[in-house]
Amino acid sequence: MRGDVITGKYFMNGDIAAAEGALSAGCRFFAGYPITPSTEIAERMAERLPEVGGMYIQMEDELGSMAAILGASCAGTKAMSATSGPGFSLMMENIGLGIMLEVPAVVINVQRGGPSTGLPTTVGQQDMMQAKWGSHGDYEIIAYSPNSPQEMYDLTVKAFNAAERYRLPVLVMADEAVGHMTERVVVPEKAAIPIVHRKAPSVPPSEYQTFRAGKDLIPEFAVAGQGYFVRMESLTHDELGRPSLTPETQQSLVGRLQEKILRHAHEIAEYEEYLLEDADVVVVAYGITSRCVREAVDEARAGGIKAGLLRLVTVWPFPHWRIAELATQAKAFIVPEVNFGQIVREVERAVAGRASTKFVQYSPGAIPHPNRTLKTIQEVAK
Amino acid sequence: MTAVPDELREAHPRDNLLRTDLFPHIWCPGCGLGIALHAFLEGMEKAGIPREKRTVVSGIGCSGRTAGLLKVDAYHTTHGRPIPFATGIKLANPDLHVSVFSGDGDLFAIGGNHFIHAARRNMDIHVVCINNFNYGMTGGQMGPTTPAKAKTTTTPYGNFEHPFNLPWLAATCGATYVARWTTLDARRIRDSVAEAAVKKGFTFIEIVSPCPIGYGRPNRIGSGLDEMKYYEEKWELRGENWIIQEGANPRDADIDLGKTIIVGKFVDIEKPTFLDMYRAQMPQDAPRKEAARAETEEVKK
Repeated sequence: MRGDVITGKYFMNGDIAAAEGALSAGCRFFAGYPITPSTEIAERMAERLPEVGGMYIQMEDELGSMAAILGASCAGTKAMSATSGPGFSLMMENIGLGIMLEVPAVVINVQRGGPSTGLPTTVGQQDMMQAKWGSHGDYEIIAYSPNSPQEMYDLTVKAFNAAERYRLPVLVMADEAVGHMTERVVVPEKAAIPIVHRKAPSVPPSEYQTFRAGKDLIPEFAVAGQGYFVRMESLTHDELGRPSLTPETQQSLVGRLQEKILRHAHEIAEYEEYLLEDADVVVVAYGITSRCVREAVDEARAGGIKAGLLRLVTVWPFPHWRIAELATQAKAFIVPEVNFGQIVREVERAVAGRASTKFVQYSPGAIPHPNRTLKTIQEVAK
Repeated sequence: MTAVPDELREAHPRDNLLRTDLFPHIWCPGCGLGIALHAFLEGMEKAGIPREKRTVVSGIGCSGRTAGLLKVDAYHTTHGRPIPFATGIKLANPDLHVSVFSGDGDLFAIGGNHFIHAARRNMDIHVVCINNFNYGMTGGQMGPTTPAKAKTTTTPYGNFEHPFNLPWLAATCGATYVARWTTLDARRIRDSVAEAAVKKGFTFIEIVSPCPIGYGRPNRIGSGLDEMKYYEEKWELRGENWIIQEGANPRDADIDLGKTIIVGKFVDIEKPTFLDMYRAQMPQDAPRKEAARAETEEVKK
């Protein structure tokens, strides 16, 4: 019987690496619904969770899957689901519930092409804005964007830690290419994996308030069954968890839900910089695309163009500050994406007219070829 | 909400179980929810479930407001999703006692799929459905239990859909305990809740409850009290000791305007729960597997 951390070097598929990342992070509950191209995650969890004393359940749909992982988390178990586009749309409802009740959980979206049934078996990056805006009402979210099976493992661990620390559903916005790619994955020693647990109540039940937050804006989490009598309320609520349907409570509650992420945005946001020190042309990319266009940057450099790559490891919160800094030095930003133009708009907003911004469109359904991005780099460098 | 003057404020014997800071509640005069909720609390006390182990999950609507009123671990969730949310709680910590208290629209329209699958799995949760035949919170629209021909704000010419027969639905989906009562009989609700609370598997209690504003008025039934009188006239206790294997059939329990409302206990059976079957299949869990297998065989006998 294998343990929760299978330390070693593997030739592993990205979806399976994500499942192993979840187990390493302490995930002991998975609720899901089969959907290509994320199904391998559910299959791996169905096999592995019983080995480590966890619980797998195949739900009737993704509405139920998302609700179930929030319930499991409220009972004190780290919980996850995995899905793709159509299922991600169904999860939006209860992702909003997770934001409102501040329940840690992880959702992996192995993106395929859409809208609707779209391209079930091939790559897409068309849900990046849905991740931020898909559930109704205003909220801030945390979304990672892995570009290798190794990162499917690493970033799933980080997603659990961020979910526990900031108390919200955290998204791993993978894509079919990364999910179905098989590559070397190193699973570290258990002791080398940092694990974060949500803050437990520091006061006795008589003094506990379900949504009272301290300086870091993150309330302490009381698990069901401990005598704290939590009041988890999906209506706009005060610190006690009582419904309070006033503009003042809405302002303070939803303001805090946003601010608890925005205030920590510099700690949460991760990005990699490649040849940016003197870059005139900055390529901004994430997920599978970030891997493909690195070659375009290399070729542009070989051709004498000062190109560089800003690779977004977290897409949300969006590191607009770094782009704003780069906009004072670079003359052009190039944003290749496997969609019809999503994150390019965020880049444009951050650049704010200080440089030009060009979108390189790749159709969902195929892994992006670096040539098109190279051509655009050459055009703007003229 | 108007504050209640101190001199009129009397302690309720169940104040220890209620979040009195939310009173007065939002329900209309004549609503049956207060009776149902009180009977539910009494039933849980009678069953002796320790309060710190009780969790109550509600969906959206008038009945959805109940979780917030209870001094237990309480979860007011999204419309139609209390059952999968409760499923997560139960599987993450099987030591907890998990109840779902919600309405007919929440559990059987938007949440119908979750209900049938939780019953099919024999998930160890206890569902109480307040059936008031309409969407009360939104002002009296037709729902999945609205009787044919009944008037609501969205069936101004009379309802032209067939309603669900909830006990039959629950029984055919695999619930181990199915009962229906009206708010006229608070003690039977209490006893039924107590009985279901200690039962293994998916239990279901329907409580037919007056909604004088949303349902009583357009159908000329009158006030909440008049609706209760209507139940008294149309109420018939049958099959209290029936169990489905002995030939009792909740199929006869459909509710029509002006017809008899059959109440009673329809189903009370034993069968392995989701957790029993899960544990029995898991290779590393030999002792539990044995116990679960013995139990399964016991049921077969």
